[in-house]
Amino acid sequence: MAVASAENTAVRQASAPAKPKRLVNAWHLVGLLAIFLFAVFPFYWMVATSLKTQAEALASPPIWVFTPNLDNYYSVLFNRDVLSSLINSVIIAVSTTVLAVGLGTPAAYALARFEFKSKEELWFWFITNRMLSPIVVALPIFIMARTLNLIDTHLVLVLVYLTFNLPIVVWICTDQFRGVPRDLDEAARLAGASRFTIFWRIALPLAMPGVAVSAIFSFIFSWNELLYALVLTRNTARTAPVAATSFMSGYDLPWGEIMATGTLIVLPVIVFALIVSKHLVQGLTMGAVK
Amino acid sequence: MSSGTQPGTPAKPAVFPTMWNNKRAAFAFLAPAVAALALIGIFPTVFALVNSFRRYNLAKPRDPTPFVGLDNYLTVLYDPSFWGALGRTFMFLVTVVPIQIALGLIIALLLHKPGLSGFKLLARLSLVIPLATAPAVAGLIGRLIFNRDFGVANAVLAFVGAGPVEWLGDTTNAFIAVALMDIWQWTPFCALVLLAGLTMVPTEIEEAARLETKSRWQIVRYVQMPFLLPSVTVILILRTADILKMFDTVFTMTRGGPGAATELVSVYIQRVGFRVFDQGVASAQAIMLLILTIVLARLYVKYVYREV
Repeated sequence: MAVASAENTAVRQASAPAKPKRLVNAWHLVGLLAIFLFAVFPFYWMVATSLKTQAEALASPPIWVFTPNLDNYYSVLFNRDVLSSLINSVIIAVSTTVLAVGLGTPAAYALARFEFKSKEELWFWFITNRMLSPIVVALPIFIMARTLNLIDTHLVLVLVYLTFNLPIVVWICTDQFRGVPRDLDEAARLAGASRFTIFWRIALPLAMPGVAVSAIFSFIFSWNELLYALVLTRNTARTAPVAATSFMSGYDLPWGEIMATGTLIVLPVIVFALIVSKHLVQGLTMGAVK
Repeated sequence: MSSGTQPGTPAKPAVFPTMWNNKRAAFAFLAPAVAALALIGIFPTVFALVNSFRRYNLAKPRDPTPFVGLDNYLTVLYDPSFWGALGRTFMFLVTVVPIQIALGLIIALLLHKPGLSGFKLLARLSLVIPLATAPAVAGLIGRLIFNRDFGVANAVLAFVGAGPVEWLGDTTNAFIAVALMDIWQWTPFCALVLLAGLTMVPTEIEEAARLETKSRWQIVRYVQMPFLLPSVTVILILRTADILKMFDTVFTMTRGGPGAATELVSVYIQRVGFRVFDQGVASAQAIMLLILTIVLARLYVKYVYREV
């Protein structure tokens, strides 16, 4: 995206008159810095608060210069048991992602390759799942999970998160498989390979970039999710976002600790999101925009 | 749009007529995913539909759960709180989305403008942060920033001489505060989608237009707008769906309060189902929300994914 316009820059700057150009550039620069501040400030404020003492966090007017300390992280991880919530979140997000990729990639392959009748309906159904409000599923799932004694287990969240992970894997990977030349599959077929071997040994490795991107999205969405986790877990399977909200009772809120937990939740996601930043739009729009 | 990216889809199977027409093979590849999604998506939805016709209170587990016909739906139809929540959700939508699109367009144009590529990269990467932030955490940040006593929002207002504002304790201001957090979180999404649209404009056309006119607006209006319309459609539809689903940010920031000032529809249904424990009525509400969503999904498919 940006590369193409960057290449043209030199040409344009040469042809444009010099004086107003500098002024325009100054405004452009101010605008870009404003974007940066707008995007980063709330995140910065969270991290800064997490490094303050309670007194510093509650100071009015807010303190901008202070000596950062990691006490909140220590107390959150070891006294508040956020560590086990983070471990729960990792277990659940990784399991549901593996499951979504395992179930989703063959389906995506079939949608990209095979011709069959109700393909369009099936595809529409996958879309609707992206739009589905979690609360619609959360009500009955709660009753079902209670009957089956699955409340407060990792399993129930791993399964429920498939409602949004499976569609995203299917969608991104269908696009990816379409980009893999059919000739390869057909050649392998002539050589006597089975359909599953073709998928597993030829198509899937070639579609790996899409699989990786969809896996990261699936991980991020599961890691960030609150509603299902709030309703379906209590203590043993409590995820990190639920732990973060659990501090919100009482009058004097431990803001440093809350923000430390928030930082621990957001930081890994930012790393992942930067890795897929090129595909961010594609993932968030389910492939409607690339 | 992805219509151009299906190399060889039509007329290819001539080499191998049966290979891609094999229903059994297609079924084998699709069955696990379809079965899983049916089990966790359709089956619970049907269960919710059944519950919506029953009296079902979680707080009274020993009570029978008799079928009561359309009673729950009538309750919902005559429930001003439900319509209030739906109206509030709609208000939120029409407040937040135009601002997000306008700001997003400004950001996209700044990122598309030639020059300053280093700063542009920095700005574009910084947009990832709001998108990556868990909505639940965004709500917590909002609660901190808009605190009346020690929040930065009031500190900034004090700096320009305005008095401290009661943000989260006041009905109108709480709504505005939640809207501002949503604008922070989702404007980058709009900007990136619109930027993707801008990069679709052929460079030659844009260059020619720049030679023709000095007016930025003329270029946006007559050269870039046609390429932006698909992006705007996508934004409108996805943001509509997301706001109908919106729960996490509101829950952590205000719990729907003060009173019901920020209680959007998903938050309201969650309260009826899990804090009032009336599963029957909550299920009826959820089904009505589902119908609304399906209608919107139809529009989605009609206007966005026209191909396949």
